[in-house]
Amino acid sequence: MSASLYTWRKVKNVVALTLSIAAAIFGLMWLVWILWTTITKGLGSLNLDLFTMMTPPPNEPGGLLNAIFGSVVISLLAIVLGTPIGIAAGTYLAEYANKHWLGETIRFVNDILLSAPSIVLGLFIYTVMVAQMGHWSALAGAVALAFIALPVIVRTTDEMLRLVPQQMREAALSLGVPQWKVTTQVLLRSALPGVVTGVLLALARISGETAPLLFTAFNNQFWSTDLMQPMANLPMVIYQYAMSPYDSWNSLAWAGAFLVTALVLLLSLLARTILLRNKVTHE
Amino acid sequence: MNDVARITVATPHRELDTGTPARVKLAAKNLDFYYGGFHALKGINLEIPEKKVTALIGPSGCGKSTLLRIFNRIYSLYPKLEAKGEVLLDGQNILDPKFPMNRLRSKVGMVFQKPVPFPMTIYENVAYGIRHHERIGKADMDVRVEQALRQAALWEEAKDKLKQSALGLSGGQQQRLCIARAVALRPDVILLDEPTSALDPISTSKIEQLIEELKQDYTIAIVTHNMQQAARVSDYTAFMYLGELIEHDATATIFSKPSKQQTEDYITGRFG
Amino acid sequence: MNTATLPASLVDLRTARDARADRLFRWTLTAAGLFVLVSLIAAALSMLWGGREALQTFGLGFFFSTEWNVGTREFGALVPIYGTLVSATIAMVIAVPVSFGIALFLTEVAPTWMRGPVGMAIELLAGIPSIIYGMWGLFVLAPQLSEYVYPWIDENLGQIPGIGVLFSGPPLGIGMMTAGLVLAIMVIPFVSSVMREVFLTVPGRLKESAYALGSTRWEVMWDIVLPYTRSAVIGGVFLGLGRALGETMAVTFVIGNAYAISAALLEPGTSIAATIANEFAEATDPLHRGSLLLLGFTLFLLTFIVLAAARLMLRQLAKREGN
Repeated sequence: MSASLYTWRKVKNVVALTLSIAAAIFGLMWLVWILWTTITKGLGSLNLDLFTMMTPPPNEPGGLLNAIFGSVVISLLAIVLGTPIGIAAGTYLAEYANKHWLGETIRFVNDILLSAPSIVLGLFIYTVMVAQMGHWSALAGAVALAFIALPVIVRTTDEMLRLVPQQMREAALSLGVPQWKVTTQVLLRSALPGVVTGVLLALARISGETAPLLFTAFNNQFWSTDLMQPMANLPMVIYQYAMSPYDSWNSLAWAGAFLVTALVLLLSLLARTILLRNKVTHE
Repeated sequence: MNDVARITVATPHRELDTGTPARVKLAAKNLDFYYGGFHALKGINLEIPEKKVTALIGPSGCGKSTLLRIFNRIYSLYPKLEAKGEVLLDGQNILDPKFPMNRLRSKVGMVFQKPVPFPMTIYENVAYGIRHHERIGKADMDVRVEQALRQAALWEEAKDKLKQSALGLSGGQQQRLCIARAVALRPDVILLDEPTSALDPISTSKIEQLIEELKQDYTIAIVTHNMQQAARVSDYTAFMYLGELIEHDATATIFSKPSKQQTEDYITGRFG
Repeated sequence: MNTATLPASLVDLRTARDARADRLFRWTLTAAGLFVLVSLIAAALSMLWGGREALQTFGLGFFFSTEWNVGTREFGALVPIYGTLVSATIAMVIAVPVSFGIALFLTEVAPTWMRGPVGMAIELLAGIPSIIYGMWGLFVLAPQLSEYVYPWIDENLGQIPGIGVLFSGPPLGIGMMTAGLVLAIMVIPFVSSVMREVFLTVPGRLKESAYALGSTRWEVMWDIVLPYTRSAVIGGVFLGLGRALGETMAVTFVIGNAYAISAALLEPGTSIAATIANEFAEATDPLHRGSLLLLGFTLFLLTFIVLAAARLMLRQLAKREGN
């Protein structure tokens, strides 16, 4: 009897482990399929015109220049707006409010913001900026994306600063250097690779976001550098062109999709490499 | 042969040089210390003589590190810690909230158990503290950095690497860098909190030699859990247990003829 | 001349100046921290404020009405709420066992050299922008499903009395089930990475003693690891659920955007996020816009509850670890 029980347990074990391999293959399969699709359809539409010509009317030759420009401008502005506040808040959490009830509350709220649907943040900025101003604007888009980047940077800064050994704080303070100098010149410097990683990850995240832009920067057929007006951007152009019945627009959409995916993956890889390289030198 | 004598024979120690009795540099008077509700230090009265090495020894949790960290008020970083009583530096009470932190920390330096070089070049590490307190030109700074590194016996090894990151140094070198960083401010007192417990024996002995030289210019208080080290480097030793100062005397006396039974028990290894 | 020899008055001046700078620094940082706190509250309130007209007009009946008529200006949230919940449920039903399988694979089955790269590859899935998922779902996945998979489901599973209703519907390729599948793929990397991290916190001694008693690897996982990490695993699942509920672009492409409730999962439907995304730009009527904002607030509330629960459960395990 115990022999058959043992066999039954072995069978269960093998089945479970096989299923786990199947699950891993299942997961990887989708990744490969999606990436394969993006690469093949995107590469096919990749050409220099993308970077030299504007978004065209249907069935006419064109490129994505204004969209690329708009995305760069809006994303960089979002990072410029979100990073200082993010680093400041993260520093507050790690250095001044660690284990304090206010710090715990802010961390909790930050985590919610981190995982909150981006459409919600888009609607928020719509109500606060676009509705007040009466029109879409690139600035509103940047602010909405800044709110998406913010919690990422807060969290990374907080965690990276908490990794800095307590003795480094004490060593710097015991030289008579004031708290603010110690925090900026020694601690943040020590945590810098981690903080930079946070900014890169935030940038990767906002580069692909569409929903918030739907309600803020919207889209623009033409070249625009006016921050107070709607501005073209890759995600919105991809959305519009992909849903359209025109072949030329569809292939532009795939080209745009390829560019966005490549950017996001490169940024993530870069962030990971920085973190890994610095873990090695610190050991 | 009784236990104490056996230990005395085995442990090399110094004879206190009799000469003019040393001036008191740092003194704790009726010092109590609380961690939350816990009474960590009880009625400590301790005098640290000038330009001598005083060792604080005792089993884990006896309060020796706690006491050391009161001398530069580094404990003020943490909210639940509170000190009552007086600590006099050259006669002035440093526990008085009106005593300026800047002055305290430039007169009393500290080196920690784990070497913590700042993420900067070797040169910058040493110059960092100086820069905050004084305005001096590059040429003068170069001189000060060199002096500090020489005093820490690191100059020869570091002089060609001044612009390199301090993180590239070995553990023993990093600790000497931390010592250089502390002496760069030209303090009066240097506090050493188990400075060699994280280091290999060769680095340890280099630093012990260093302490021998440093005491010519600085008053030194060292916490160590290694009794042999205390016997090797210090002129005076204070034995603490459970937050109380049990005995404080010349090192030679403590290790050969301690007055208290507890001291003798600890030294002969009956507990701790 | 060093601080020890400077006149005391100058030293004290510097100490006072440093103290002032420290206070200003601390104040600035605290303001930044509070800004984060205020942001969330402001986001919630802004949508509530924007939707106040709709709330006043329809009252609480808004959440139970299936009307959505721009012409007659009657709006109700039940259909999108239903769609959001159903698509998210399908997603979790698929994603949870698969994520568990992946976490099991990465912690117990895979050879050590494979764990890093495969783990990283799965996490790459999380980085792919959702609009890409949407496009791929609509142009690549949906046609395949409509041609090969759904007809089979319709003919075979759809005929089973009772639950067969779930599996019926036109094999369009887009619809609730496709949306659920795409959401599942998006959510798998999150849930599996939380599970994996959490499985790795189980003390080696605990597992070793089980192995020493002759347990199989599966038994160790099922009897030791899972119970030990139970609340964190549930927390991770809730985290994935939060994502699935709020996802916009991927769902908008493949859910079919039909304003209808149907038990048949192959039928098209809509979700809160998809409705808002589709209609917002053209909504000129303030009541229409207000209704959409109120929908947004509903979504926010829903995800807030789920994410708050997730975090609480994840912290329970962290506390046990003594973090």
